[in-house]
Amino acid sequence: MINLEITQKMMDVKSGMNNMATGMLRPIARHYDEHEHEYPKELDMFRSIKIMSRPKKKKAGEEAKPEKPSAKKLGANLSMVIVIEEMCWGDLGLLLSLPNAGLGNAAIAAVATDEQMERFGEKWASMAITEPGSGSDSGSITARATLDGNEWVLDGEKIFVTCAERAEVAVIWATVDRSAGKAGIKSFVVEKGTPGFKLEKLEHKLGVRASDTGTYVLDECRIPKDNILGSAEVKQSTEGFKGAMKTFDNTRPLVASMALGVTRAALDFTREKIEESGVKLDYEKNPNNLSAMEKEFYLMEAHLEAMRLLTWRAAWMMDNGEFNNLEASMAKAKAGRYGTLICQKCCELLGPLGFSCENLAEKWMRDVKITDIFEGTGQIQHLIVARNVLGYSSKQLK
Amino acid sequence: MEDKDFGFGLSEEQSSMKDTVAKLIKSMVIGNPAHDMDEERKLHRDIIDKIWELGATVSMVPEEYGGYGMDYSPMMNAIFLEELAAGDMALAIAATLPSTFIYTILQMGTDEQKKKYLPLYCDPAYKTCTVAVNEPRFGFDAATLETKAAKNGEKYIINGKKCFVPMAKDSGHLLVAANADGKMDLFIVENGNPGLQIGEREKNLGLYALETYPVTLENCEVPADDRVGGDNGCDYGRFLQKTRIAMSAIGTGVSRASYEYAREYAKERVQFGEPIASRQAIAFMIAEMAYEVDAMRLMTWKATSALEAGREAKRESYLAKLYAGEMTMKLTDYGVQILGGHGFIRENPVERYYRNGRGITILEGMATV
Repeated sequence: MINLEITQKMMDVKSGMNNMATGMLRPIARHYDEHEHEYPKELDMFRSIKIMSRPKKKKAGEEAKPEKPSAKKLGANLSMVIVIEEMCWGDLGLLLSLPNAGLGNAAIAAVATDEQMERFGEKWASMAITEPGSGSDSGSITARATLDGNEWVLDGEKIFVTCAERAEVAVIWATVDRSAGKAGIKSFVVEKGTPGFKLEKLEHKLGVRASDTGTYVLDECRIPKDNILGSAEVKQSTEGFKGAMKTFDNTRPLVASMALGVTRAALDFTREKIEESGVKLDYEKNPNNLSAMEKEFYLMEAHLEAMRLLTWRAAWMMDNGEFNNLEASMAKAKAGRYGTLICQKCCELLGPLGFSCENLAEKWMRDVKITDIFEGTGQIQHLIVARNVLGYSSKQLK
Repeated sequence: MEDKDFGFGLSEEQSSMKDTVAKLIKSMVIGNPAHDMDEERKLHRDIIDKIWELGATVSMVPEEYGGYGMDYSPMMNAIFLEELAAGDMALAIAATLPSTFIYTILQMGTDEQKKKYLPLYCDPAYKTCTVAVNEPRFGFDAATLETKAAKNGEKYIINGKKCFVPMAKDSGHLLVAANADGKMDLFIVENGNPGLQIGEREKNLGLYALETYPVTLENCEVPADDRVGGDNGCDYGRFLQKTRIAMSAIGTGVSRASYEYAREYAKERVQFGEPIASRQAIAFMIAEMAYEVDAMRLMTWKATSALEAGREAKRESYLAKLYAGEMTMKLTDYGVQILGGHGFIRENPVERYYRNGRGITILEGMATV
């Protein structure tokens, strides 16, 4: 049945994480924004926490069945979006820098064999998909993997890799057969220090500066044959690629919840300043009789609530084993876009306080922007939603 | 806090009610009937009767007052309203108008009021009663009324002007919102009271099919017993919360209608050799409509969940209505825009959704959950 009242369990998760965000992330947020590329050593204490673990061991090829949450139990994904919102209320850049919680770890947890899990499960793993000539169109990547005896030889360049320097292993997307298109794309685990594998440079970014983003160059980099994730076979279908894309149905609500956290931080700060000025926000007056500032604020709060409900729905569906490709993209489309707009507007309402680095508002405006870009830009999300509701293929709606 | 499972799924009861109403609306309202009612400036009584026969309106009233004695569920009402409004907003208001009167008295009235008034309207046949909240003035706010009710012995003397009173002429009783010495309250006024004048039918931007009237109360005397809740009055704030949630459910329905019509049109309309939906400029508008309709619904459900748990929904209902109001304007505008010139022509329903949708932010107290 429909019940959107927050349960005690959800409250407990939320307030526990909020304490952590308040006590540990907020105090160091500005420092690591100003010291880009410096490793936030305070995060070392999270190393032992298994964030990207998996419930049970499974054999190669067997689909992991999401555990249906029993009555009174909080589903893993719903729990995760609540945790992420709170942590990002603390700091998004630091969340992205959490050890052993990279996207690569998610990929390994999802598809690795037991033997691979044994070798890489405990290591911090980055995910390298994007190339200079291949962004949203990840089916067009050109990095090559060639089988040579018992080794794969990797060649290519990967950019915008999160945790590029800090990760111990990298999950590299490369094609084993360019003529096969998407069907030829596979992912490979490359360990740091492998000859031919180099961290070329670290980027300087608009926001989330606490997180290190870098470029990898692979030059005749040789890795063991069994470092491939999933099957090496090139099927005549794009099932494998679609499977990889399906991972995004799981991660998009997480990115949407990042936007929730940053946006709420900006709104909380703005509310505090509005109330300090003597205006009481009491949800009573007819919106037509409000000052422009009050009305803007209420509208932003409503949008944040809408972002959150769309995000929670996508996560809840995952917990219940429902296909959520449409809802995951809806959540990210809304949250990325409106998160950005709201953080910008908060700076405007805050006036000088919103432009000064004395406060975090300007930082939130820079940080939140990434949520409308990574894991599929807002435009890609709109394409996915539109194709879904129109019943169009990617050929019918480009 | 007692924990019920958190979740987005409809219960069996909710989805079967939703399907039943959707089916009725699809067969009797969408298309020509809704268009005709708008053009004729008149609702078709047979449709209202059919909706009334579903029993959803009085099902939650105890049997002793003429209902079916089912548990009160604002969620069922919210789902019901969205489905009706997806057919026609004027119809959604008219068909559920008695519930605004009935539920207010049932939940906030005295025992005597319940005994006296509920059986009149919890009847196998639809009988009209209405609510007068809106006032014809700049800066109107339902939370601070200018209509005054002054106590005079065993009576209240009510003075003031109301507008957008739906179906006032045919109504047996009106629930009039007035300021009683600084506290906003509701009074039961009989149609025919000499102090009550119902004016000429209003001409409005939207809701052509819904008769609305201006009402003037001039030294209108009502027995003190007819103050809803008795001497201390009622929880008017809660009344507003429930009507706000209802308006956001209706806004969701109107927006959904516009979205669905525009989406299908865009798939059929061919320009430059392909359906206009296959162009991103149009497709992205459709995508936005799709997730905003869902967002409006979830905001409505969120506020309704608070009521369902027996909690205040002040903040949630305020934000839900604010959101639904803004979004209904945006989405019904998109609907017209996607149809282009055809959207401006009254043959297509999107212009009606655009006019009706403007009412969500403006009209108060026209429906309840």
